[in-house]
Amino acid sequence: MTRETLLNTLLMALLIGVPLWAWVADEPFTITLATRAVIFALAAVGLNIALGLGGLVSLGHAVYFGIGGYAMGILAYHAQTYTPLMAWPFVIEGTKFMPVIWLVAMVVSAVVAFVIGLLSLRTSGVYFIMITLAFGQMFYFFTISWPRYGGEDGLSIYVRNGFPGLNTLDPIQFFAICLALLCAVLWLNARIVKSPFGLALGAARQVPQRVETVGLDPFRLKLVALVISGTICGLAGALFADLNRFVSPTMFSWQMSGELIVFIILGGLGRVFGPVAGATLFVLLEHLLGGVSDYFLFYVGLLLLLVVLFTPGGIYGILLGRSKS
Amino acid sequence: MSLILIIEQILNGVQFGVMLFLMASGLTLIFGVMGLINLAHGSLYMVGAFAAAGVAASSGSFLLALMAAMAAAAMAGVIMEMIVIRRLYDRDHLEQVLATFALILVFSEGTRFVFGSFPLFLDVPGVLSGPITLPGGIQYPLYRLVLIAVGLSVALGLGLFISKTRVGIQIRAGENDREMIAALGVDIAKLYTLVFALGAALAGLAGALVGAIQSVQIGMGEPILILAFVVIVIGGIGSIRGALIGSLLVGLTDTLGGIFLPELFKFFVAPDVAQTVGSALASMAIYVLMACVLIWRPTGLFGARA
Repeated sequence: MTRETLLNTLLMALLIGVPLWAWVADEPFTITLATRAVIFALAAVGLNIALGLGGLVSLGHAVYFGIGGYAMGILAYHAQTYTPLMAWPFVIEGTKFMPVIWLVAMVVSAVVAFVIGLLSLRTSGVYFIMITLAFGQMFYFFTISWPRYGGEDGLSIYVRNGFPGLNTLDPIQFFAICLALLCAVLWLNARIVKSPFGLALGAARQVPQRVETVGLDPFRLKLVALVISGTICGLAGALFADLNRFVSPTMFSWQMSGELIVFIILGGLGRVFGPVAGATLFVLLEHLLGGVSDYFLFYVGLLLLLVVLFTPGGIYGILLGRSKS
Repeated sequence: MSLILIIEQILNGVQFGVMLFLMASGLTLIFGVMGLINLAHGSLYMVGAFAAAGVAASSGSFLLALMAAMAAAAMAGVIMEMIVIRRLYDRDHLEQVLATFALILVFSEGTRFVFGSFPLFLDVPGVLSGPITLPGGIQYPLYRLVLIAVGLSVALGLGLFISKTRVGIQIRAGENDREMIAALGVDIAKLYTLVFALGAALAGLAGALVGAIQSVQIGMGEPILILAFVVIVIGGIGSIRGALIGSLLVGLTDTLGGIFLPELFKFFVAPDVAQTVGSALASMAIYVLMACVLIWRPTGLFGARA
């Protein structure tokens, strides 16, 4: 067992052990915190496919996170008010059924990621960062000024959506759903890294010309990476909205996009479990420092600055030495 | 819709545009010369506004407040450059984005710690308050006209500074080939700090000037920072001329879009629907503009490098 595997195992043991302890000790708030960490981790793992593997610095991944959130919000809103989502040309009803909501969140996110990718991948470097940021702002301002689904105030959903065979209102059961999805996505991510597609994508990040010479199209590789990445963020967004039973335009805000990148860098760029470590640390800091000081973001900022300036490998880098890739 | 309203809105758009220019020119210089994405530029804008509000409250002089804003922002900029930014020039964009994102958190929370969470108010000086009658009988706030004049003179001054003075020549040379100008004996570190201080002072000035018509509060820098990024991306990164044209385009699109899009939609759909759809689209208009420009010219209107 390498040290990295050991660290991954420890991390997952922590993520499973703490909520289990909290369940036995009847501390539902701790379970909610862990669920929050798991959902953030899921979104960050999604972003990491574009950012870590594809080298696409997207400052607009909140778009997919927000779309996931609003997919849940809008479907559940129509279900709880018994109004159809669409009455013409055919009737579409809202739903409170999680798998359907996830599916919608993922499909819409994938389509949007495809369109944004088609447009934004024409640019590179700083222009790519800025155009993704601009798409994020587009959605943010649109949801703010669109009063149909709450506008700036957001949408409240009174009862958490259901999953067959489980009671999602029980914190530990909802946590289990989120954790299972995180594990599935981590497994998928590990498979992608080793797959021909992942190798080609990594090569396209490093030397695009070489990839082109062997007959692969870097544009298409990056586009696929962006779509997979957006789809996972959409799923995470739907879960996040279900956790809070609330969606608002802040899910689309550029700070959200920034935080997703922060999770990856805090954990360690280029590691499959890096985003999980980063998201867990962030939620932990948010909880611990938030209780001590009103200015907890000040310390998060300082910590982040130190990590970026002096330990580019993040937590994994500190504990294991610098990454090979 | 009357002609007077249209002219008023165009003036508002130009006023918004020139203020954006004060932000965007600094950003574009910093990116052009040092190759650095500075997300914390909005924090310097905020520092300027808070310094101006503080000094205006204690001294009562608006001119003094403006000078304090520029000095405070330039100083904050120099400190920021020497402690953090200097280490980022050789790093990739991702690390620059993150480190300057971290700086935003530090600056915002630091300012909140010092000044509290409540917004401060900076009054328009008495001589400049009140409307003025323009030819054609249009009533327009004098202060906003002064903003346009200040913004345009800064643009002119900056253009002359970059194209005519010795330092300006060094800055342009630095954009093209930094190794070469270092080899010619220009102290590149000092030049970088100078460019950063200049950009910071302009951001501080913009913060103070705009602070007098909006409230001075934490987080006021980020919305305008993002707009300034839109501007420099539209104009082409590194180009002062591009920044000016981009600023005016963004300022006018944003202001006129908010007025005309709902009106335009009233020709096609019911008025209440038109209002909703129109204002929702107007809030996205500049980002649509940016996306269109980038799709048409991936390096902006006046951008040279890929």
